[in-house]
Amino acid sequence: MMTETVLDISNVSKRFGDNLANDDISLSLAKGEIVALLGENGAGKTTLMSILFGHYVPDTGSVSVMGEALPPGKPRAAIRAGIGMVHQHFSLAPNLTVLENVMTGTENLWSLGSNVSAGRKKLVEISQRFGLKVDPDARLGDLSVGEQQRVEILKALYNDARILVLDEPTAVLTKLEAETLFSTLKDMAAQGLSLIFISHKLDEVMATADRIVVLRGGKLVAERRAGDTSKAELAELMVGRKVTRPLREASTPGEIVLEAAGVTVRSGGVDRLKAVDFRLRAGEVLGIIGVSGNGQAVLAQLLSGTIGRTAGDLVLFGKGVGDLTVADAVANGIGRIPEDRNRDGAIGEMAIWENAVLERLPEFSKAGLVDRKAGIGFAQKIIDGFDVRGGTPTSRIRLLSGGNMQKLILGRNLIEHPKILLAAQPARGLDEGAVAAVHERILEARRAGTAVLLISEDLDEVMALADRIQAIVGGRLSPSVNAEDVDAQRLGLMMAGEWEDTTHAV
Amino acid sequence: MSALFDILASAGLWAAVLRIATPLILGTIGALLSERAGVLNLGIEGIMTFGAMVGWLTVYNGADLWVGVLAAALGGAMFGLLHSALTVTLGLSQHVSGLGVTLFASSFAYYVFRLMVPVAGTPPTITPFQPLDIPGLSSLPFFGPAFFNQTAPTYLAIGLAIALAYVIARTPVGLAIRMTGENPHAAEAQGVNPMAVRYGAVIAGSALMGVGGAFLTLSAFNSFFPTMVQGRGWICIALVVFASWRPERALLGAILFALFDAFQLRLQTVLNGVVPYQIFLMIPYLLSIVALAVMARRARVPQALMQPYRRGER
Repeated sequence: MMTETVLDISNVSKRFGDNLANDDISLSLAKGEIVALLGENGAGKTTLMSILFGHYVPDTGSVSVMGEALPPGKPRAAIRAGIGMVHQHFSLAPNLTVLENVMTGTENLWSLGSNVSAGRKKLVEISQRFGLKVDPDARLGDLSVGEQQRVEILKALYNDARILVLDEPTAVLTKLEAETLFSTLKDMAAQGLSLIFISHKLDEVMATADRIVVLRGGKLVAERRAGDTSKAELAELMVGRKVTRPLREASTPGEIVLEAAGVTVRSGGVDRLKAVDFRLRAGEVLGIIGVSGNGQAVLAQLLSGTIGRTAGDLVLFGKGVGDLTVADAVANGIGRIPEDRNRDGAIGEMAIWENAVLERLPEFSKAGLVDRKAGIGFAQKIIDGFDVRGGTPTSRIRLLSGGNMQKLILGRNLIEHPKILLAAQPARGLDEGAVAAVHERILEARRAGTAVLLISEDLDEVMALADRIQAIVGGRLSPSVNAEDVDAQRLGLMMAGEWEDTTHAV
Repeated sequence: MSALFDILASAGLWAAVLRIATPLILGTIGALLSERAGVLNLGIEGIMTFGAMVGWLTVYNGADLWVGVLAAALGGAMFGLLHSALTVTLGLSQHVSGLGVTLFASSFAYYVFRLMVPVAGTPPTITPFQPLDIPGLSSLPFFGPAFFNQTAPTYLAIGLAIALAYVIARTPVGLAIRMTGENPHAAEAQGVNPMAVRYGAVIAGSALMGVGGAFLTLSAFNSFFPTMVQGRGWICIALVVFASWRPERALLGAILFALFDAFQLRLQTVLNGVVPYQIFLMIPYLLSIVALAVMARRARVPQALMQPYRRGER
């Protein structure tokens, strides 16, 4: 059963400009098998899958499905051959219904009517068979991210996919949704489907895949059966060297730089933050842990000056500040790493140097004109100092990978030694190597005396970096606990809202 | 008050409503088709002018009226091709390209007209479409003269609007068009070519606009003036929003606007001298702004409207 080869990628190479994205890659997939394609951002995983799906034409090499060669560059042919693709950024239309999303392009375009009832029947049948529950007539935009992904998978199955490719399927999911997804995937493999999923998360790869293929720098560097390898080995293969996430060392924090007392923020008729208290000291990391959507975003907005308080006091460097404005934040040296770097942290179509100098334009102006040369120099300094790869100061920032864009944003904030750094989910979506780099920089800033407010939903991250931890639940902040005094279990309870109001550690 | 009622109860008013509505219906469904695929076509004002000219010129040179309609459709399609080449293939700004097409098409229309028709004291005329006699219906009291005494292009426009409503809502190609207007990447992922869909929708939509223009010279009047479209194209663009991008509502919207217009024309004669007539000229536009404000709040804009599609980029 496991020996029947359904997909054969042989000697595929693809070059973009100077960048060899795929270098002579060969890979095969058996019926009922789950293969994980593991690699850092920019290793060539997505390029390879785009070639498989006909979005790109390979320079050399070929793809065959069930023994038949696939014409290159033809998504339609790939769909017909039974390849289904579940993109990381969903290919769905929010204003159309689930059924409409699924049925697009599945019927003869020039037929005078659409057989909607047959389509609905088929969709319901598939969704029952694979346990992917969804309402065919719901408007797609009304669904949760997890449900939307289900639709994306159903779309592929509706097209009679026998081979399913999932591009970083868990990047947008909550932990619980991810677990449900992987049990569904295993079920599909048991029913004879073959799956490839792209990931850089070691845990899920080890737990789900039969076989793991590691890509690095466009080359296939290793292939392991899941039983014969370990997380440590995979991490090393993926990055090409041993990676260890840094740990904070002991230090004595300085004076209080930022204090919130009973701060409430009301917006849209709801209290997003409810009388929160915290104190942030120079040279320490205060971790705010919690499941996304519990008020973290509002807290970050409050401290960046993009939203005002409803009640309570904010004290900055010993002085009450009322409401912060963005200009205050910049003037007072509050560095900010926004949660959604693409939306709030960078302007994709603008050059790296422009993104680097935007919030300090006065420093980079001469006689009312932007000093381009100085700006480029500044950007180059960040690129060199923070190991940003994949771009020059004049290239558009959107061309950078997530990890490199994050390093640039970090550099933009840290290069002038801010007194306070507000880091919201700084390692989200980054691969192992980039996570380690980002953590190292944060700890370096801490050593230099920067007060860091770290907002995160990653337990490991918070335990590794934070001196003190407060949980955020439903807009309320728990009292702070010392990182030394808690374990993961206790933090888990705190994230669920279980804390005793008496334990204070300041 | 009774004067107002008399106006509403006159068959003449309703006959005028359908006549005024016809070019608006055609222009609106043309713009709507193109926007549903994700391309705003501000070339409409110029395309209608060009359609009006080409349709008229064809008939003036001895061709049949329907050949004139066909020529207007082809002329419109030609400018649709230009607009799609600029916005779909080259990915240029749809606003700028559309305005460029409008300026070019209207000037070009006048240029060709002047080239072909010598300057004369009174503009040359053709014999336009005559009201169609529908046996049984045209002779009905009130309803006959009100609704069943129109020229053939009016019935064609209403038929096309209903047909387009069906195509968009119920057929595979309609779904492909909607998907392209919402998320061209998703369309591509399902094996639909979003570029081809956009070209098709813009060209077909522009052909409809051309026919809408031709109605003015081949049915409503019998000669061509360079300024005769008079902002109808812009009204159509607003009507698309008013209609929430749905052809059946576009039909109603066009008729509603035409009702305001026909009503104010008659009101002018009734209240002449009491209120300056310019106020009445203003009414339809004012009312359409109000209606737009009320309706458009709930409208669902095609998500990819005005976004150029480039393969492989997100």
